[in-house]
Amino acid sequence: MHFQQLINGLAVGSIYALVAVGYSMVYGVLKLINFANNAFMVAAAFLLILFYSTWHLPYGLAIILALVLCAAGAVFMERASLNPIRKKNAPGISALICTVGYSTVITNLLLYAFGSQTIMVPFVLHLPTFELWGAVIDPFTLIILGTAFVLMVFLTWLTYGTKTGEAMRAISQNTQAAKLMGVDVNKIITLTFFIGTACAALSGIMIGIYYSAVDTTMSFTIGIKTFAAAILGGIGVLHGSLVGGLVIGLLETFVAGYISAGYKDAIAFIILILVLVIRPSGLFGKPVQSKV
Amino acid sequence: MLKKIINGWAKHQVAVTLVFLAFLILYPVLFHSYYLRNVAIQCLIYSLLSLALNLIMGYTGIVVLGMAAFYGIGAYALALLTTKLGISFLPAVALAVVITFCFGVLLALPTLRIQGNYLAIVTLGFCEIIRIVELNWVSLTNGPFGIKQIPAPDIFGIKSIFGLKLSKPEGKYYVVLILLVITVVILHNVLNSRSGRAWKSIKGDPIAARAMGINVFRYKVFAFAICAAIAGLAGAYYAAYTGYVDSTTFNYNQSILILSMTIMGGLGSIPGSIIGAIFFVILPEVLRWLGTFCGEWIVEWRQIIYGLILVIMIMFKSDGILGGFDLRQIHLYNKLVKEKEAEEKQNG
Repeated sequence: MHFQQLINGLAVGSIYALVAVGYSMVYGVLKLINFANNAFMVAAAFLLILFYSTWHLPYGLAIILALVLCAAGAVFMERASLNPIRKKNAPGISALICTVGYSTVITNLLLYAFGSQTIMVPFVLHLPTFELWGAVIDPFTLIILGTAFVLMVFLTWLTYGTKTGEAMRAISQNTQAAKLMGVDVNKIITLTFFIGTACAALSGIMIGIYYSAVDTTMSFTIGIKTFAAAILGGIGVLHGSLVGGLVIGLLETFVAGYISAGYKDAIAFIILILVLVIRPSGLFGKPVQSKV
Repeated sequence: MLKKIINGWAKHQVAVTLVFLAFLILYPVLFHSYYLRNVAIQCLIYSLLSLALNLIMGYTGIVVLGMAAFYGIGAYALALLTTKLGISFLPAVALAVVITFCFGVLLALPTLRIQGNYLAIVTLGFCEIIRIVELNWVSLTNGPFGIKQIPAPDIFGIKSIFGLKLSKPEGKYYVVLILLVITVVILHNVLNSRSGRAWKSIKGDPIAARAMGINVFRYKVFAFAICAAIAGLAGAYYAAYTGYVDSTTFNYNQSILILSMTIMGGLGSIPGSIIGAIFFVILPEVLRWLGTFCGEWIVEWRQIIYGLILVIMIMFKSDGILGGFDLRQIHLYNKLVKEKEAEEKQNG
């Protein structure tokens, strides 16, 4: 019983971890809380349904198309709106509100196109569940956890081990100086958006397969919880986000199992507020001193 | 074009305000339809909410993404006070305002130390927590069924004045109009007082404000609590107006709607907030009307249009239509320019 709860918690947590890792990377470079990220996440699952179930494209092609389309959408958002806002030197909150606007538009376009009911997400493989010490385990959970881990390693390598990553970190520290050093700032930022959103889209598809269903409200519920996960682990710190996601998933499942199912959705928000009040840099982040 | 209108408005500020007020007072006399009166009531409720958000966002520079939380607390407070304790409308409204004020202080004390963007997310999380509590604390809030049969507004048991029934839309309309006028007068005075100037300086540069001897933290908490209290007032009225509250009204979309109104109308502008509220309340009604000509699809585009307006406003005029226009300053400036010109003419 307890072990089963632990397994369930890890399953939910690995989903949060998966989304949080990609989210964290974009934040690390741009210092932007990107609400549209969650909308693209859900959009990918819907696009997969459209491409695979309605247009009968091959499964792999459908997934790749969904990822690329979502990433292209994010690049459009960056080019059309966020870039001009950044050029105007508007306060950081303008960009946040702009992404809120985009997420509203995308979510409601999906609502308009697909309706508000929950839709089945197709999956081609049939993995049998297995038992371990009396707990039933869905092997897809392991795939999600594995993907989150691989993504974390890949993105850490990308930001700390490559020339591109060096440019990203330079931009996050000082955009002007990076420009002077010959970094093509617009190109790098666009690339960051592309990769970050493709990660979000991939997680959206995996979440859709795991719950075997998708609806537009997931954009908000899962999106904000993964934000809490990223904050808990220290936003911008990728391994922190992985741990943060797992912790939030576990806590949520234990609250649902032992205290009250109704309040389980509040846990992530309570953690979010507590972390920001007590230790804003999160579990793994370094405290930042603001300069005058 | 906009500049000309603003200049004209600045010159005849008092007249414009009086004409608008006269229109608001005569509205139920001019329009008899039940529907139009209810739309007007919605406009005034959202004006209160938009003003509340403008106070904190437009004047103090703190972004709140969870206005619906305070709106909901005010509504539930009034609903519980009137139905469970049998308190009459006016004292219940006063108590609801005090309760939301306290919630504002309670949230502000620990969280206002957080940096801007994070704080916006915290208020969003707070809004979700409040909604979940409203939904799950069944013994207090009746959970998903909501609270029914909340008595309509009255004044210490008096249910009609001058033949005006307070339980009818026209009576309810005047109640919310009076609440709004009182709020605007108080806000206008506070904003032109020491506190108002302190808030504006905090928005301009918190560190410089602190160097000038302003207790930034205390003023921020004060602004936050007043913002919560005004939203609570709107919520309390809303509960008595509809006679029914449940948690689905006070969700994330509601907060975003209020945010859109404030940004669209103009940050740091009282008339801006009212214009924004009227625009966003009337928009879906206009779309519904258009829907009878060009098909139902346009009604479903409502939320998409909200989002687009948010994006376009932020991109092209991030402080809203009337943002950055201080009518009094513009009037003074124009007057000075004119005097100077006259002086120069006299001198040769």
